[in-house]
Amino acid sequence: MAYSDKVIDHYSNPKNVGTLDKAKTNVGTGLVGAPECGDVMRLQIEVDEESGLISDAKFKTFGCGSAIASSSLATEWLKGKTVDQALSIDNMDIVEELNLPPVKIHCSVLAEDAIKAAINDYRVKNGLPELVAEKKAH
Amino acid sequence: MELKLPVYLDNNATTPMDPRVLEAMLPYFVEKFGNAASRNHSFGWVAEEAVDYAREQVARLINADPKEIIFTSGATEADNLAIKGVYEMYSSKGNHIITATTEHKAVLDTCKHIEKMGGQVTYLNVKEDGLIDLEELEKAITDKTILIAIMYGNNETGVIMPIREISKIARKHGVLFFTDGTQAVGKIPVDVNADGIDLMAFSGHKMYGPKGVGALYVRRKNPRVKVTSQMDGGGHERGMRSGTLNVPGIVGLGKACELCLHEMESEAARLSKMRDRLEKSLMELEETYVNGSREHRLPHVSNISFKYVEGEGLMMGFNKNIALSSGSACTSASLEPSYVLKALGLGDDLAHSSLRFGLGRFTTDEQIDFTIDAIKTTVIKLREMSPLWEMFKEGVDINAIEWAHH
Repeated sequence: MAYSDKVIDHYSNPKNVGTLDKAKTNVGTGLVGAPECGDVMRLQIEVDEESGLISDAKFKTFGCGSAIASSSLATEWLKGKTVDQALSIDNMDIVEELNLPPVKIHCSVLAEDAIKAAINDYRVKNGLPELVAEKKAH
Repeated sequence: MELKLPVYLDNNATTPMDPRVLEAMLPYFVEKFGNAASRNHSFGWVAEEAVDYAREQVARLINADPKEIIFTSGATEADNLAIKGVYEMYSSKGNHIITATTEHKAVLDTCKHIEKMGGQVTYLNVKEDGLIDLEELEKAITDKTILIAIMYGNNETGVIMPIREISKIARKHGVLFFTDGTQAVGKIPVDVNADGIDLMAFSGHKMYGPKGVGALYVRRKNPRVKVTSQMDGGGHERGMRSGTLNVPGIVGLGKACELCLHEMESEAARLSKMRDRLEKSLMELEETYVNGSREHRLPHVSNISFKYVEGEGLMMGFNKNIALSSGSACTSASLEPSYVLKALGLGDDLAHSSLRFGLGRFTTDEQIDFTIDAIKTTVIKLREMSPLWEMFKEGVDINAIEWAHH
């Protein structure tokens, strides 16, 4: 199976690899997947408290090239969005942007899960109720 | 020597054909096209002579009699013929077969078929080093056991089974012993008599011969073994495998066997030196593990897990230039990693993190140097990107985390 150019580009030059301070109240952390499944994503957002915009996003991923590319792309899309706007990122947008084949759709689902998990972590830290996300098939 | 790219290190999947094999085959496509079963004219005689000669070349490599070689389309067919053929032929003696969980799918799925037909199959577990426990094997034998099917060398780990000890146990209990020799024949000395093998499957394209041709060795003396044909037709190959003989393929298999006979000793020495160098260099990386016995192992194979890095993602870092296999199966629908590595007791995470190296006749030192560099660089880069590596470095117990399973 050949990878799309966009996947190769994100894999070779991943954007926003790194770690934010998860102790900060304006940082939300999402850790999804499992080592046994061959995919673990950790996605973090930092929210600028004055503007309400996501000022920074970082990821680290254990997984195949498509999983790395999906999380790299997700961090790019998150920056500059409000938390509510970030919630609207759909896994199919990632599939489309990266031209993921059917066997790799689960990588995009994982990235969406990671975004939601990071947002929920941020919400809980800031006294907001946790959002219950609809479950997508992996 | 100059570095030749891409580097091919997937010789357990298939080997490139040796140009000398191609040369031997070429006349048998157009010029000498006869049917080896045509007994009444020179076209047939020429083809038959070529097949007879190839049969001798094949037999010599494994110290068999030429009459004991049944040509097939490959090892999968030979595995099927051996297991199903023995099951049918010896049904009056019993219906129990013993095999191991690390066998190739061609053996495991054939055994599953036997179970569907009403047979009994025992799947032996292997130890951490990939070897079966001989005591367990002996204990599994019942008065209904007709066949022990244990491979010679494993395709994923290169682990060599204790063939002579297995055959001794088989003999002692009057049970036939079949081995899938696909990865071993032509790579290390295999002697059906010294090893006590009753049936053995092997294939041309794993030993620098053509695809689409293989053989089943079937012992004729002490004991005389017969298998029920699984393909009905003209009664070729002593009635055990009908179908017009693939003359060019058989000529190629014969030539490949002849080359292996002459070259495998020096080649094995060269490849094991290269393999050990590759392994030693890669083991300089932290949290890197060799899978399976390093002592009882084919000289050209190494299977290594790079913990906290996923195999397919790892391969993507260099798969433009290096061809390898991984025990990870991120692309498969089941997302299940290698069952062979799991049978060795590896956790799914380590199985997902594995690479299989299969060196071959045309592998050079320069290519090994290149591979060492490329893999080290990629592992380091991906670990920097791996949340699991970060947790490991911070002393977080990854097993204590409650992961969401999909």
